[in-house]
Amino acid sequence: MPADLQDEPGADGVGSRAIGTSVTDGSARARAAAAALATVPPRPGVPKPDPILVADGVLRQFGGLTAVDVEHFEVQRGVITALIGPNGAGKTTFFNLLTGFDKPNSGTWSFEGKELAGMPAYRVARRGMVRTFQLTKALSRMTVLDNMRLGATGQRGENFFRALLPASWTAQQKGIDARAVDLLGRFKLDSKAGDFAGSLSGGQRKLLEMARALMVEPTLVMLDEPMAGVNPALTQSLLGHVKDLREQGMTVLFVEHDMDMVRDISDWVVVMAQGRIVAEGPPDVVMADPAVIDAYLGAHHDAPLSLEEEEAQIGGARVETLTDGRDEA
Amino acid sequence: MDIAVILENTIRALFNAEALILALAAIGLNVHFGYTGLLNFGQVGFAAMGAYGIGSGVVYLDLPFGVSLLLGIALAVLLALALGIPTLRLRADYLAIVTIASSEVIRLTARSAELRELTGGSSGVNGFSQGFYSMNPFSPGSYGIGWLSYDANRFFLLVVGWTLVALCSVLVFLLMRSPWGRVLRGIREDEDAVRSLGKNVVGYKMQSLVLGGIFGAFAGFAFALANSSVQPDNYGTQFTFLAFTAMILGGAGRVIGPVVGAIVFQTSLVLVENVLIQAKGAGYISDRILESTDIGAVRFVLVGVALMALMIYRPQGLFGDKKELALDAR
Repeated sequence: MPADLQDEPGADGVGSRAIGTSVTDGSARARAAAAALATVPPRPGVPKPDPILVADGVLRQFGGLTAVDVEHFEVQRGVITALIGPNGAGKTTFFNLLTGFDKPNSGTWSFEGKELAGMPAYRVARRGMVRTFQLTKALSRMTVLDNMRLGATGQRGENFFRALLPASWTAQQKGIDARAVDLLGRFKLDSKAGDFAGSLSGGQRKLLEMARALMVEPTLVMLDEPMAGVNPALTQSLLGHVKDLREQGMTVLFVEHDMDMVRDISDWVVVMAQGRIVAEGPPDVVMADPAVIDAYLGAHHDAPLSLEEEEAQIGGARVETLTDGRDEA
Repeated sequence: MDIAVILENTIRALFNAEALILALAAIGLNVHFGYTGLLNFGQVGFAAMGAYGIGSGVVYLDLPFGVSLLLGIALAVLLALALGIPTLRLRADYLAIVTIASSEVIRLTARSAELRELTGGSSGVNGFSQGFYSMNPFSPGSYGIGWLSYDANRFFLLVVGWTLVALCSVLVFLLMRSPWGRVLRGIREDEDAVRSLGKNVVGYKMQSLVLGGIFGAFAGFAFALANSSVQPDNYGTQFTFLAFTAMILGGAGRVIGPVVGAIVFQTSLVLVENVLIQAKGAGYISDRILESTDIGAVRFVLVGVALMALMIYRPQGLFGDKKELALDAR
């Protein structure tokens, strides 16, 4: 097991330049990720050996509804973590909270050891934690290349006064363009560089959004339903791109409903239901977890005949879910 | 019916002060709406800041003319900050509501009797333009060619004004092709996406609001100097919507759009008015159809119908790109 590959700083640099060119390198990282998590027990809120993101007591209520109530949550560095759960489980809300797009009622979370609570979304992104959206946000009336350029951080020409002196930013822009063209090539969008982003197909927009997020040079990429609305032919290529992110040394956290995809690419799966984390662990363990099956299908398959019976069932399911989760540990 | 009179008045309207004022206001709105997607329905508030800045500055505060100009700009910047700080974090429609209300608040406050010592109340401010016209390098006489001839003072105003329009347009051109302008256009398309890429969206929206507001103050300067007077009731909401009309007619998000739109719009108004006056004078239109006192209102109706037709058949405006507009349906 070449675990040294994961710790070697040079490997990141090599990986980011030659993505997916070396299959052995790629699987080595996948194996390294699996090895790092091998000793972690599959239990909700379990601590990881090398967490990049740690959240504590994150609570978000909309009026009387508790959308997110996460006691403890850690994301292991360098692995692909899937966040799954039924509709309304609070996955996207949790994403919004972590990335500063929404504010929690209470809670703290840190990214690479630095507190993020209360930080505006744009500064979270600058720290290297970049997200995409469930409903793709291609900037329609801008060209694909301009979409990409917008992702680059620290641009001198984005200052009002320096913008008026093209000499101060054209050289930097050339470097950005080279990086953008390179990324577009990888995502097979290079022929579209001059087209309006609004003219792309739904799948191409997903690809563009992912490529644009990479322009920020993130260390943690958070993908909100990357496969939603993508035709099956493109799914494989998108999967490959997500795996590539790990090969380049990035950490990936993604929300997804497609269980085949989750099984295929994730090293670790976290399950949310009714705002809480109900299970986590390697994909095969989690998929077999009764708490997960309960969360998705409901604990009882018999329809309640009376209100009392219904209440008893709902209450019973909740207790079962919690105890089942702990039993696994 | 005198075709020559119609032509003369129409051609004179091409470069007259009304088009100039509208163009400056529309350039500002274009920065707000055309490039950043900010729905500013109170552009007239910025114009009022500029106009009262020079008017009240010279007459009531005894400031030199140049300092009064700076006061006008400073007031516009302050207004942008006052409007922007509470609203730019919210959705776009809130800015629209706040701006339209604030522009009316400004007008009603300026015309209130309480402030007679500062704004002249309902009679406005007069007698402040000597500072401007004393800088006139053109000796008295007639300038221009043929129908486009003006006296020295009007010629000076138009030269300065249209130069300002050109400078503002060049500034917008330079800014919008820079990375700064790219962020603005990104915000217009989807501000959350831009935020997720590490840009301080609220900061950029504020910069845009301030810049466009300063252009609005320039429109106020031109308005005040062209009339040599600031009348509060000239700064009602119709000013804003005429500027919106000019910008959309020319093409929002195009550097030249608001300028051409302002000229075409003002010229069409003058053309329709003169055609109606001449037709009426020649007896082609009976009193039962149109009284001559109604011409001023009817010209807006006719130009409005023409604009509706234009928006149906050319929704992108004169300079817009139809392909680009069609993309708006996400």
